[in-house]
Amino acid sequence: MSAVPLLKVKDVSKFYGSRIGCRNVSFELYPGEVLAVVGESGSGKTTLLSCLSTRLMPSSGIIEYHMRDGQYRDLAHMGEAERRFLMRTDWGFVHQNPADGLRMTVSAGANVGERLMAVGDRHYGNIRASANDWLRRVEIGEDRIDDQPRAFSGGMRQRLQIARNLVTSPRLVFMDEPTGGLDVSVQARLLDLVRGLVHDLGLAAIIVTHDLAVARLLSHRMMVMKDGAVIEQGLTDRVLDDPREPYTQLLVSSILQV
Amino acid sequence: MGTPLVVSEVAKSFTMHLRDGVRLPVAANVSFAVKAGECVVLGGPSGVGKSSILKMLYGNYGVDEGQILMEHDGRLVNLASAEPRTVLEVRRTTLGYVSQFLRVVPRVSALDIVAEPLQARGVAAAEARERAADLLSKLNLPKELWVLPPATFSGGEQQRVNIARGFITDHKILLLDEPTASLDAKNRAVVVEMIAEKKAQGTALIGIFHDAEVRDAVADRIIDVSEFSPRKHAA
Repeated sequence: MSAVPLLKVKDVSKFYGSRIGCRNVSFELYPGEVLAVVGESGSGKTTLLSCLSTRLMPSSGIIEYHMRDGQYRDLAHMGEAERRFLMRTDWGFVHQNPADGLRMTVSAGANVGERLMAVGDRHYGNIRASANDWLRRVEIGEDRIDDQPRAFSGGMRQRLQIARNLVTSPRLVFMDEPTGGLDVSVQARLLDLVRGLVHDLGLAAIIVTHDLAVARLLSHRMMVMKDGAVIEQGLTDRVLDDPREPYTQLLVSSILQV
Repeated sequence: MGTPLVVSEVAKSFTMHLRDGVRLPVAANVSFAVKAGECVVLGGPSGVGKSSILKMLYGNYGVDEGQILMEHDGRLVNLASAEPRTVLEVRRTTLGYVSQFLRVVPRVSALDIVAEPLQARGVAAAEARERAADLLSKLNLPKELWVLPPATFSGGEQQRVNIARGFITDHKILLLDEPTASLDAKNRAVVVEMIAEKKAQGTALIGIFHDAEVRDAVADRIIDVSEFSPRKHAA
């Protein structure tokens, strides 16, 4: 268990004019930890994720990241090039819609290989071998490596997006509703895959979801958001088994039992 | 290493916000200690709060007051106030729990579910699976089932997977929530024997057993949970 946090978030707020996106969010994320952010649509989950991953600039607050050189860097004071490099190497971002995270008109292999080239890999054979290896790990057949993701099903596209993100061995992965829009059997396969990969690679992850079962299965800790604020947080099974806040109790009691 | 678990003046209530904020007291002034090698059984009628106490000990339920002290990694941790990552660390190496029902994970085989806690402690996959296979055969789970995800298993089969998962590690504290409830006599006897082995290894066990025969076979001491009933302490 590592002693220092990978990400330190302090009082992060984001306003859209006078409208609140998220406000005064603070937490720390340690290596290997999976944090689920739950709440209904419009609660500020995605705004928070965008701020954390530098896709949006927060209106106030500090987000610090523990770089590989052992230093903490304030993300707001990082240059654009440095931030992009971080996004391409040390971080991953899995979008709800795979088309937002993939290049739909180049082959599956190239989608994975492109991230490797971004970190300086130039040897075609190595890149192809890595791409092959990752397609196998996300259960995409070797015979599909030259196909474009346009020809893939939704579940396959999502698995390809995950492979593309993980090929550079990131330390932190952001996921925005990674199982949204998939039917349940495909979702189960994806959950199993993500769970295994997070465990094997020791990834830290922040997963935005409105599905409490997904949060239960994947996360160690959970934050519940409402109206832009974090209203309850803690160990995932504590929050789900013993919810304290009225809104959390409502959420938990609204789960459909199968 | 005498007393791995000390519970001191723990109180717990639920506030039901969806029922006009009704406050449901669950337990008050819960105090007891469990020694290494001892099996303490929580007794008392249904609904008196036995399972709730186990869930507080495991960290699934927060507590309002009091301390839950566990010996973990050479130091004392108060689980009642510990950070989530500390609770997870304590669960990984010190504190085990056999719940009443197995929480199945889609697509994960029975064998891997059982092996997982060992792998989480850094044991190699092959060795962990071997130990898992030993336990499952000891518990008479048909070998054909090992490679299947337990979602479709019978209640008794799922429970045996759950027991194997809880017993595979050498956690110093083990919580048992009716582990024998849906088992036949033969498998109950196996579990009684496994509990005796844990005791001999110095594990502190806290359990709920409705089956009088099993309870008498494993209990060193029975704590009457109605003693902790909040009504008793009211006023």
